[in-house]
Amino acid sequence: METILGLSVYWLTIMLMMNGLFIVIADGNLVKKLVGLNIFQTSVFILYVSMSKVYDGTAPILDEGIKIYSNPLPHVLILTAIVVGIATTALGLALVVRIRRAYGSIEEVHIHQIEQQKEAEEV
Amino acid sequence: MIAAHYVALQVVLPLISAPICALFPRRSQLTWGIALVVTGISLFMSFNVLNTVLDHGLISYELGGWVAPLGIEYRIDVLSSLLMIIVSAIGAFVLLYARHSVEREIGKDRIHLFYTMYLLSFTGLLGMTVTGDVFNLFVFLEISSLSTYVLISMGAEKNGDPRALTAAYRYLILGTIGATFYVIGVGLMYMMTGTLNMADLVQRLPQVIDTGAIQAALAFLTVGMLLKAAVFPLHIWLPNAYAYAPSVVSAFLAATATKVSIYVLLRIFFTMFGSTNPLDGTPLSMILILLSIVAMFVGSIIAITQVNLKKLLAYSSVAQIGYIILGIVLATETGLIAGLVHLFNHAVMKCALFLALGAILAQRGSIYLNKIQGVGKQMPWTVGAFVTAGLSVIGVPLTAGFVSKWYLLKGVLEQGWWFVALLILISSLLAVIYIWKVIEVAYFKPVPENAPEAGEAPLSMLLPLWIMAGASVYFGIDANTTVDIAKTAAQSLLGGAP
Repeated sequence: METILGLSVYWLTIMLMMNGLFIVIADGNLVKKLVGLNIFQTSVFILYVSMSKVYDGTAPILDEGIKIYSNPLPHVLILTAIVVGIATTALGLALVVRIRRAYGSIEEVHIHQIEQQKEAEEV
Repeated sequence: MIAAHYVALQVVLPLISAPICALFPRRSQLTWGIALVVTGISLFMSFNVLNTVLDHGLISYELGGWVAPLGIEYRIDVLSSLLMIIVSAIGAFVLLYARHSVEREIGKDRIHLFYTMYLLSFTGLLGMTVTGDVFNLFVFLEISSLSTYVLISMGAEKNGDPRALTAAYRYLILGTIGATFYVIGVGLMYMMTGTLNMADLVQRLPQVIDTGAIQAALAFLTVGMLLKAAVFPLHIWLPNAYAYAPSVVSAFLAATATKVSIYVLLRIFFTMFGSTNPLDGTPLSMILILLSIVAMFVGSIIAITQVNLKKLLAYSSVAQIGYIILGIVLATETGLIAGLVHLFNHAVMKCALFLALGAILAQRGSIYLNKIQGVGKQMPWTVGAFVTAGLSVIGVPLTAGFVSKWYLLKGVLEQGWWFVALLILISSLLAVIYIWKVIEVAYFKPVPENAPEAGEAPLSMLLPLWIMAGASVYFGIDANTTVDIAKTAAQSLLGGAP
């Protein structure tokens, strides 16, 4: 029982990670794939932030009388990773807009059909 | 005085110049000039750093004066400097070629953005090779990846192919998954050791190496970087990405992006986890050897069936990466020499091949096998360079490809695996088939009447092309430089931390 409750953060991380990956693989809509990617990246953020918490520690801001702080380094790493995630999502969505303009659809099945046709014409 | 800072400057200078290029819309010549000068200066600085490393050994540079392991450290040994030279040299030479090619393939109002992204990608790849901090490596990995996605999607500009957009999207999804796996691995390692500095990790990992967290970290790091290195079966993003991107982008990426990811794999297996020898007869090495042999065959066989020449070269890349991984996973000195020499040679050969295709595209308007008949008579120099580099891919003696295949066979036979050596020879013969396909169409078919009037490519394109093709012959005749550097790098990798 202790193992299950004590490791609850890691269960959450793994569930989010697998959920995100499943959405990326299984969903045919390009925007939904990006959403799945975001969920996957969010699980990584939770993993990092959870490791920074020190028992009885407060926020890592220097103040008088406080002896125990949480580790600020993972917070900083996650800020970087969040910004990278934002840039990736923005780029992905821009690509989806261009794909929509070029193919008329953002469903992978339709795009695949059109690409197969193009390839058949080439040979 | 400033030479002491070349290590950091070579990365920072292109980074700063990238947004400067974005400030000059419609001034395509100026932005090309800025990009060329900046990459040229970076190349000069890289040579300087290489010479310092060869003379004095390891260079350790602390960014901002913050002492490692708390600060970010740039750590350059012989292996890093080999990769650093590959990235900066190819980045600079391809830019020489780029002016004409980019003007044909990308609209005038977007060229400045192209060079912005090119400089960012150059920064990211160069930064990955010099940094000694695992999270800093992730940051540079993402800088290079994001700009690469944009560069590939620019293949849909002007009269390009909209399939470049879906190729860029697929690479984005898969590449981000790979990079995030790498971040998970780094996080698990930080959790157990408390440090992000590679040299410090070498000290601290052996104590925690048996924990589940570190085993999981190794798994995540490996899969993440195998995906970025396009090792079969995680190579799916590569063929479309190289086929539909602009020619300059294909040439630059094919020569650098996957090589730098393989360098990261080397750092993970031999430097950070070196004390446990994760490749010493473990299931991991067995799986990787099997996958690389399959890659060699699958890549070559699919290449034979391709009509789109860029896709043909992309699948050939998948096969060549199989050779490199096979050499590395042998984890002996000969194997590592083979892997590193082939890494360098393949960068040079593939760059030459893609540059030649870009010239053919600029002059004849197509890179489909059924549309470039007789191009060998119209563009003798260009197709000559293609044939030279193609001979190197096959591994004909007197070319660079022969040297790396020789060491690979030597390494495999040292293990007593004569069957694997036979497989390597058979897959090299497959390369003859797809190179011959191109030679036959280029030289032995007549030029069709409705083909565009094609002259030889301009000198600005021929010069870098022949530098690359010439290099693939030069390093086959005089392989001492590459083999010596590879040997030093291999010895430092196998001996533990540099």
